[in-house]
Amino acid sequence: MANTAHAHAAAAQGETRRDFLLHSTIAVGAVGTAMMVWPLIHSMNPAADTLALATSEFSIAGIAEGSGITVVWRGKPVFVRHRTAAEIEQAKKDDTADLRDPMTDAKRAQKPEYLILVGVCTHLGCIPLGMKPSEPRGEYGGWFCPCHGSHYDTSGRIRKGPAPLNLAVPPYQYINDTTVRVG
Amino acid sequence: MSTEKSRLMKAWEWHEQRLPIGSFLDHSLGSKYPAPKNLNYWWNFGSLALFMLVTMIITGVFLAMNYTAHVTLAFNSVERIMRDVNNGWLIRYMHSNGASFFFIVVYIHIFRGLYYGSYKPPREVLWWMGVVIYLLMMATAFMGYVLPWGQMSFWGATVITNLFSAIPGVGDAIVTLLWGGFSVDNPTLNRFFALHYLLPFVIVGVVFIHIWALHVPGSNNPLGIDAAPADKIPFFPYYVAKDVFGLGVFLMVYFAVVFWAPNMMGDPLNYVPANPMVTPPHIVPEWYYLPFYAILRAIPDKLLGVVAMFGSILILFVLPWLDRHPVRSASFRPIFRIFFWIFLANGLMLGWCGAQLAEGLPLILSRIGTFWYFFHFIVLLPLLSWIETPKPLPASISQPVLSPAE
Ligand code: HEM
Ligand code: FES
Repeated sequence: MANTAHAHAAAAQGETRRDFLLHSTIAVGAVGTAMMVWPLIHSMNPAADTLALATSEFSIAGIAEGSGITVVWRGKPVFVRHRTAAEIEQAKKDDTADLRDPMTDAKRAQKPEYLILVGVCTHLGCIPLGMKPSEPRGEYGGWFCPCHGSHYDTSGRIRKGPAPLNLAVPPYQYINDTTVRVG
Repeated sequence: MSTEKSRLMKAWEWHEQRLPIGSFLDHSLGSKYPAPKNLNYWWNFGSLALFMLVTMIITGVFLAMNYTAHVTLAFNSVERIMRDVNNGWLIRYMHSNGASFFFIVVYIHIFRGLYYGSYKPPREVLWWMGVVIYLLMMATAFMGYVLPWGQMSFWGATVITNLFSAIPGVGDAIVTLLWGGFSVDNPTLNRFFALHYLLPFVIVGVVFIHIWALHVPGSNNPLGIDAAPADKIPFFPYYVAKDVFGLGVFLMVYFAVVFWAPNMMGDPLNYVPANPMVTPPHIVPEWYYLPFYAILRAIPDKLLGVVAMFGSILILFVLPWLDRHPVRSASFRPIFRIFFWIFLANGLMLGWCGAQLAEGLPLILSRIGTFWYFFHFIVLLPLLSWIETPKPLPASISQPVLSPAE
């Protein structure tokens, strides 16, 4: 009788204690699981050896004016084009054109004669045409991506087609007058 | 002899009491599972899909015994399977064409559901599980196609993984994560192989749930009305026999292609080893993705194109709430039936567009087709649920046969 009432009150108290233990167990379990998921996902990110291959060096000495070479950096092509005076002038003139991804030519080339770009279309990753003399350069005289029809100008800026951004300028420096390091 | 037999029976019963696997199968696909007696041949494609799943897993495991997931070796290991491994050509052609036939079967299975209203109450969850299986199949087949490391493997992988770069803000980080590097490369190939091996077994799990959900309301039927117990027959022997007959016909077609036209549905460019420095002039995905590729390219904006492409499949999840017409089967919905066939034709047209260069007429047609695809789901189906008068439904499956005059 009195005993039962006592037990009831204890049970009611016990309920809240149990709830607390239950909820905190679930919370600890959830946080623990989340803490284990991240290392697994992060293991899919580029590994140390992949990151270590992240620079390339090459010479620009032999590139004739008006032509270019393609070098490999991080498994991707990098376009190096020795621009003609007319191409540079056109690129400067287009600084004020209606650009989808506005950027002046001066910011895109450390030395205006040599335009160095990641040769990967910013739409879905194809390699644009325009490095070989036989290839089309698109309506703006730079590069043309055949996959879904993106046109880039003589500064590698997107002018027409589905790509949202300009061809990227990789981080690079001139080690001396004729040698460049990308990455 | 008879005592011998009853001893066997006793052993079986002893086992059944401890693990009732026989009774489980009998209730799942046997004599204890009643199915409507009027199912037509379009109902064969579910069991055919299951057959193809098992075929893909068996051939896949044997391929994996000779395949090497490394960028310098993958292409040659597949050529070695074709030339040197005993029956390797057969196993590989069964697997590569098997993927195509798996999709043919599943597409027919899906359109069967669309025609007979199998997605409507009470089968919505069953329908969802089907859409999940379809999505998993697309992911599995995509990663499988990367494994032989030909030109189409590489550039297909590049274009498809780059779709995720359209996500604002985190897109590029996600793509780097998917690649495990700065382009599609060896880490990408390795993980694709691991996932290509895993996902089919995930599909097996979802197929289980799919069939479980099927058993709650039971099969729909060509009339789309609820089947009374008197209008049902046991799955075994009736539908097992019918499914096996259908399987025989199917196998003739499947193996005709495996033996005599094994490269008909494949792209010859995939017999050129992957070259990360040269994009082929015309990248085309496998035929079963073409309608969605057409939708992607129909839209000139990158993000919107990707959204429309994924949306075109995800919209299937809400189909039961877009088409709320109480009558399931198109046989009793004369207007819906017309638009069903237009929808199918539109899908085929989009598929054709997806294989062409995205310019000129194909581009115009893909835009019209994309518009129609969404118009069908978002405008037509809700509108028809509202206004369409159905033809009178029979009171039961037997009624039109027993009293045809009515
Ligand atoms: C849903 C089931 C599956 C589908 C739709 C599927 C699809 C594909 C496709 C389309 C290819 C490319 C074929 C080619 O062009 O050569 C492929 C290759 C491959 N698959 Fe699968 N697959 C499935 C299950 C499996 C399983 C379960 C395994 C392993 C246990 C497997 C192992 C392989 C291997 C090793 C290759 C590379 C060899 C080759 O390219 O022929 N597959 N798969
Ligand atoms: S990848 Fe260049 S336009 Fe699509």
